[in-house]
Amino acid sequence: MTWSIEPTLPEGWELVVGLEVHVELATATKLFCGCANQFGNEPNTNVCPVCLGLPGSLPVINGTAVKYAMQLGRALRCDVKPGIMARKNYFYPDMPKDYQTTQYDQPTNSNGSLVLPDGFVVGIERAHIEEDTGKSTHVGGGGRINDAVYSLVDYNRAGVPLVEIVSDPCLDTIEHAKAYVSGLRDILLAIGVSDARMEEGSMRVDANVSVRPAGTTELRTRCELKNINSIRSMGRAIEYEALRQIDLYTSGDNPRQETRHWDEAAGRSTAGRSKENLDDYRFFQEPDLVPLVPTAEEIAAIDAAMPALPSARRAALMEASGSDAEVVATLVDRGQDTMAIAAIDRGADAAKVVTRLQHDLAVDDFSKVTAESFAELIIMESAGDLTATQAKQVLAEMVDSGGHPREIAEARGFEAMEGDELSGLVDQLIADNPGEWQRFVDGDEGDRKKMQGFFTGQIMRATKGQADGRAVAELLAQRSAG
Amino acid sequence: MSDRITRDEVVHVAKLARLELAPHEIDAFTEQLARVLEHAADVESLNVDDVPPTSHPLPLVNVFREDVVTDSIDRDEVLAQAPAAESHMFRVPPVLGEER
Ligand SMILES: [Zn+2]
Repeated sequence: MTWSIEPTLPEGWELVVGLEVHVELATATKLFCGCANQFGNEPNTNVCPVCLGLPGSLPVINGTAVKYAMQLGRALRCDVKPGIMARKNYFYPDMPKDYQTTQYDQPTNSNGSLVLPDGFVVGIERAHIEEDTGKSTHVGGGGRINDAVYSLVDYNRAGVPLVEIVSDPCLDTIEHAKAYVSGLRDILLAIGVSDARMEEGSMRVDANVSVRPAGTTELRTRCELKNINSIRSMGRAIEYEALRQIDLYTSGDNPRQETRHWDEAAGRSTAGRSKENLDDYRFFQEPDLVPLVPTAEEIAAIDAAMPALPSARRAALMEASGSDAEVVATLVDRGQDTMAIAAIDRGADAAKVVTRLQHDLAVDDFSKVTAESFAELIIMESAGDLTATQAKQVLAEMVDSGGHPREIAEARGFEAMEGDELSGLVDQLIADNPGEWQRFVDGDEGDRKKMQGFFTGQIMRATKGQADGRAVAELLAQRSAG
Repeated sequence: MSDRITRDEVVHVAKLARLELAPHEIDAFTEQLARVLEHAADVESLNVDDVPPTSHPLPLVNVFREDVVTDSIDRDEVLAQAPAAESHMFRVPPVLGEER
């Protein structure tokens, strides 16, 4: 992650992005019926009269889905209020009822926010409950739109519970847009209401993109980008769209409000339908579903059970370690923040704790390293019982097979080398390699660095890594000065 | 003709509902819909200051279903109802100009 603003837009233009993120909730069943909510099953095996929209069927809402949605709302600092389900009417074959059941003017969650690792606050307008659509596969055509092409529809996904999270149009850089989506994913995984897999479609991002002259505040015509399959793809799609709109403006033209489809392979987007007017959906309240009215007790219970969220974890680690935001974000991403704070609490040096975690514990599985043993290792290193090189080796063994650092160090015969012994070795090496030594003493910056590497390497080999690299550097400097 | 709804609005709503109306039908429905809206306007003229907004007629909230899987229905039986099916899926005409 970088905090720098990417120089993607020509000077004088500003990006305005709002994101609509659809998240499938990890319930056992669909939103309004008992069909399984499961990805990857045989087509049309998880269907029933309710999710097929057959006449006379009656939807009853899934209590767990509603609870998950409220949990997500609270994690996004939303107001959780009484919600009303509504019908959004439109004809498209992936919606067998010919309307989508969603929330319109009374969403369950509204007015929230998400804090990015660099402190930028993304406003969240709403996070409403709705049902997913079926999945269409388009067949045939041979490239000609008027040929006998057709679509095949699988309704297994129709009626799967979704929350649609709508951000304010406040994202000003591609980096912020990316950080927002990964921040949402982190929260979803932390509270466990969705598996948030973009590649399986359980998290889908549509981006509303517009541009404006830098320093102005108006919202200009936006285009909605669809078919974004990854965070990286989103970054490319937003950049392409912003540049396209700037091109239009600078050539005296205007973008028109439309949906555009991102083609990841081609690296470009193509115009889809002009966006339907909101009125054209003829929203009305769903008569078959009664209001969702959360009680104060329910909301209090959700808040009480809320796990520590990434933004709070970053703040805690920053407080404990005094490290900068980028390093802190990395450690929280890796789930190493609790270990770091525990080690610091046990008296391990904060800077060393962070350095060792950042550089030497960049592994997928560090489950065998306990907070206690990690703290002990750093304390040993700080006390000079282990050199930096030895500490790294001990840590590597702890990652592989667990164990206690003091026992590992003992088994390996590690003891930090005494100063006298080391200086004797350095002198011997200088005597054995006069040419290299001359280059170290008389050479330019590059030579000096190269030769320092050479001598340090030799010492490490001779001592099997027990020498302290910094002590070697000091001795070399001393000898060349004298 | 009433000014509650225009002929163009009826044509637009018919298009949204995928209804093909003959010219004389458009005229007839414009007239009828105007009467419906007229009736709604009558209701609007009532003083309802003391009546809370009501979304549903029943005094019910929070009717929930347990998140427990129940049997789905037989796929072959479902697909047999469809005008066309292929590869265990519903076969439908493409919708031009829509997402693909
Ligand atoms: Zn169903």
